[in-house]
Amino acid sequence: MKQRLPWIVCGLFALWVLSALRPAPKPGGFALAEFGRLPVLLNGRVQPFDSVARNTLLSMHGTQTVRPAPGEASGRVLSATEWLLELMSKPEQAGNRQVFRVESLELRNLLDAREGRLGQLAYNDFSQQKLQDLEQEARRISEKDSQLRSGYEKDALHLAESVHLYHRLRNSLRPENSQHFLEHLPDHPLKASLTASESGEFAGELKLYKQLVPVAMTLLHKEAAGEEYNQADVQLLASFFRRYEPLSRFAYPLIVPPMHPDVSRDDWSNIGTSLSESLRSGEVNPALDYFARMDSSFRKGRSDDFNAAVAEYRQWLQDKNLTPELKKGQREWLFNHLEPFYKSMTLYVAALILGCVFWLNFSHPVRRTAFYLVVLAFAIHTAGVLFRMFLEGRPPVTNLYSSAVFVGWGAVVLGIILERLFKDGVGVVTASTIGFVTLIIAHHLSATGDTMEMMRAVLDTNLWLATHVVVITIGYSATFLAGFLAIVYILRGVLSKGLTAETGKSLSRMVYGILCFATLFSFVGTVLGGIWADQSWGRFWGWDPKENGALLIVLMNAAILHARWGGIVRDRGLMVMAIAGNIVTAWSWFGVNMLGVGLHSYGFMDKAFVWLLTFIISQLVVMGLGMLPPRFWMSFKGNRPVDSTPKLSHRGGIKPRTA
Amino acid sequence: MMLNGLIQFLTSLRLTVACLFAAIILVFFGTLAQVELGLYVTQEQYFRSLFVFWTPEGSNWKIPVWPGGYLLGGVLLANLIAAHIKRFKFTAKKSGIFLTHIGLILLLVGQFLTEVYQVESFMRIEEGKAKNYSEDGRGNELAVIDVTDPNQEKVVAVPQSSLVKGATIDIPEFPISIRVKEFFRNSVPGGPMVQASGARITATQGTGLRLPFDQQAVTAKMDDENKPVALVEVLADGTALGEWTVSTWLTKHPWSTYLKGQLGAGGSLIGPQTFQHAGRTYELALRPVRYYKPYTVKLLDFTHARYKGTDIPKDFSSRIHLSDPGENVERDVLIYMNNPLRYGGETYYQGGFEPGDTVSILQVVKNPAWLTPYLSCVLVGVGLLVQFGMHLTGFLRKSSARAKGASGAPAGGHQPPTQGQPAAVPAGAVNSAVNHSHSNRNS
Repeated sequence: MKQRLPWIVCGLFALWVLSALRPAPKPGGFALAEFGRLPVLLNGRVQPFDSVARNTLLSMHGTQTVRPAPGEASGRVLSATEWLLELMSKPEQAGNRQVFRVESLELRNLLDAREGRLGQLAYNDFSQQKLQDLEQEARRISEKDSQLRSGYEKDALHLAESVHLYHRLRNSLRPENSQHFLEHLPDHPLKASLTASESGEFAGELKLYKQLVPVAMTLLHKEAAGEEYNQADVQLLASFFRRYEPLSRFAYPLIVPPMHPDVSRDDWSNIGTSLSESLRSGEVNPALDYFARMDSSFRKGRSDDFNAAVAEYRQWLQDKNLTPELKKGQREWLFNHLEPFYKSMTLYVAALILGCVFWLNFSHPVRRTAFYLVVLAFAIHTAGVLFRMFLEGRPPVTNLYSSAVFVGWGAVVLGIILERLFKDGVGVVTASTIGFVTLIIAHHLSATGDTMEMMRAVLDTNLWLATHVVVITIGYSATFLAGFLAIVYILRGVLSKGLTAETGKSLSRMVYGILCFATLFSFVGTVLGGIWADQSWGRFWGWDPKENGALLIVLMNAAILHARWGGIVRDRGLMVMAIAGNIVTAWSWFGVNMLGVGLHSYGFMDKAFVWLLTFIISQLVVMGLGMLPPRFWMSFKGNRPVDSTPKLSHRGGIKPRTA
Repeated sequence: MMLNGLIQFLTSLRLTVACLFAAIILVFFGTLAQVELGLYVTQEQYFRSLFVFWTPEGSNWKIPVWPGGYLLGGVLLANLIAAHIKRFKFTAKKSGIFLTHIGLILLLVGQFLTEVYQVESFMRIEEGKAKNYSEDGRGNELAVIDVTDPNQEKVVAVPQSSLVKGATIDIPEFPISIRVKEFFRNSVPGGPMVQASGARITATQGTGLRLPFDQQAVTAKMDDENKPVALVEVLADGTALGEWTVSTWLTKHPWSTYLKGQLGAGGSLIGPQTFQHAGRTYELALRPVRYYKPYTVKLLDFTHARYKGTDIPKDFSSRIHLSDPGENVERDVLIYMNNPLRYGGETYYQGGFEPGDTVSILQVVKNPAWLTPYLSCVLVGVGLLVQFGMHLTGFLRKSSARAKGASGAPAGGHQPPTQGQPAAVPAGAVNSAVNHSHSNRNS
């Protein structure tokens, strides 16, 4: 049984991971997943509705699902796609969902929103007056230097931006208030063609508009020919134009596919642009019909009709030769749905716990279980990285978010190798810790928006992204891993009796070996970065903060290795210095990015900065522990000579020593 | 004895470590300082210097508080070279370290050469226009140009550093000399209605007659630059021909354009300032230093693409025509991000553009040492790979040997060393760190 335990535990976790592949649920019979896979264009790239929904939610609220509205009878958690569809099609109902996050108390007071769950607000919680106040406040703040904004001001600006985005999304599948619009249209014979049910929704509005477009064409011809034309037609057209023209600047994702993809594949538009363009081109994009049908049937709860509309739209896209876009939507949906990084994060936690258990009871099946879990987590982590690369058509690291994912990945590879070599749980614990922490960091970074954004011109080179960026990121991984191994050494030595001569020795070897690796990668990565700079800006080195950050890591690693070679430090010193490497790396990774924010401002006290500072202080504390004289180390008390390594010659580091 | 001590010092690993730590501190504070001082000043004070100085507030003292970039780089270089000369013998075992250090030396020397010899300039071209010179971003010169022959100009340039108040500059190529009557490193045009608060320059001839310039505090900001102004008197055969105001305000884009806009109808004031002497016509201008090329670059087309539905730039590119009659070169070249043109010892990069997307700004860099980082990267990379690879394989061999031995003989970290002679330090030290049994024997 004990022998099988690792396999059983691992198998259960694997089943949990694979369970994501079962067919997606259909709440109320609606094929929401099918809708979520439909392609749209946003941030310059084709993505599914699902990504639009998730990224919006992440930036507004920090989650990818929506909890049931307070007091709602059927308390079901909504997927991001379902929430988006509800917001676009049934805004009155969506208005009760708490999707806005407000942290500052000052802001809550301004909004008069002291009631309700902490920090959670729904759109309907805002009165018109409060929304206006917020907008005014946001306008004032946006004129202020971003470095000088207080926490409250940042929160207010974020909320105002979220509300703006919310409004835009509400008008993205169809313009709002069709009923009101149709009721107030000037009298025209065409209005009679609408049935009672049609005159309350976008489908009716679109039907009328489609009859009107040919009228507009003849009108233009008549005007050109100097003939008489019907004033009522002009009035009616003007009403539509006044409605659609502003919409072209307001509707958010570009959901209407190009009419002629063979001419220009990029030519997606939002509904506003598409509708106003019709007056020029004389044709209404058929995609709008499908969207109008999805809207009506979703509102009316007719799932069969909704599913049929989605299926027919997909068929239409295929006939339009937009299969690659359809596939892109499906694949990205699958990636979102599998949540590989969330899953591997959970597995790392499980492995970390088991690794710690192993150190308490030294049961080898436990260590093996932990090791298998790390390997499983790593496999999923790797699959996630590869899937992202495939979706983007890019090397693994393209922005800060993906660097966090990749730093963790690199450290886990090395940790697994160490565990294979030393089999003492150290590799498992450090790998799973770094894997978990970096994925948490990545999760928080993802709240800033689309993590697969397009690359700016200067970064748009797979050659340098694949070489410089990857190599330097692995350098970060290795430096962090060495630092975490050193933490294990110091904590175990000072706080427990677990640091025996043998474990101390093997940890020292691990740290040393990993540092060598880190030196190689950070040096080559840094120089490659310089060469890239030489290729794009004409200078190899410019003392730019990010360059300096990379240089600091190289200098730090070189200093540690030379200090070790020169006998200036022994095991404990090596460990303390390796932890200093953590500080340098964290500073290079995130600290230099915060410099632009300015040192003397509230802005500098960003959440991320607080975390960075906390991390640095924690590392300093461990370094302090490491520098305690050996008699304070529980592992060393009266046991054995402190450092088994003899001191090497001080001088003449490059001097040969013979036995 | 003294010499021995010096050699000991220069070759010691302690010096290496001390320098590396000093460099860490320097780079860290040199990064923080950029927030206040801007990149350029920080570079001068921290990295292109022997010492970083501290000036207590309200004093003129310059107290050296930390070694600067040149000093640390120099000492590290000396340390490396000295150590290698003194005791490094080339053996297969040390080949990795050897390659690494050669690469580092090359990198440091290359960067020093870059510092000394690199010349950076810009070429601002409008679509359809051609240029045969680039302009310095910071350095200016006083150009005296004989424009008598419309087909050929003769230019004599005096660097801005020579423009010191009271100095008289002979122009041996022309029968004139120039006396500097006033010079401000930074200035602002003062309208005729504005009362000067500080020093002001007004000329007796040319533009400066009606457009005065006021002195301004010198700026060190990255996104700002100093706009010098000088009042110069032209002397010929001992007699004064008049006083002119010269300034980059009048010659350098975009300041001159801005000024023309500000002056409205008076914008015509800003044109070439000329004078006559002995039947020849000369022009005076304080302008960015020009680097003339034996070839011309014509901008055919500049494009600036954005991703659909966003403002994210997708691509900048300049299609140019390169024309070098001397070398029989006539060709079109596309310059875009990460794809510069290397020609005639210079490299042309897509540096920027102006709103409207019809003006491209190419950055022109002349750096004879540009290849050194490429070589160095390969040398150090291979060197470290070889060195660490040898340790790794050694370690793996030993641990597998230990694993095998574990079943039979008593195991542990203290078995006798398998290799006879411990390698030299640092390779030896490396061994001692990796395998403690060796160092035990050493002690």
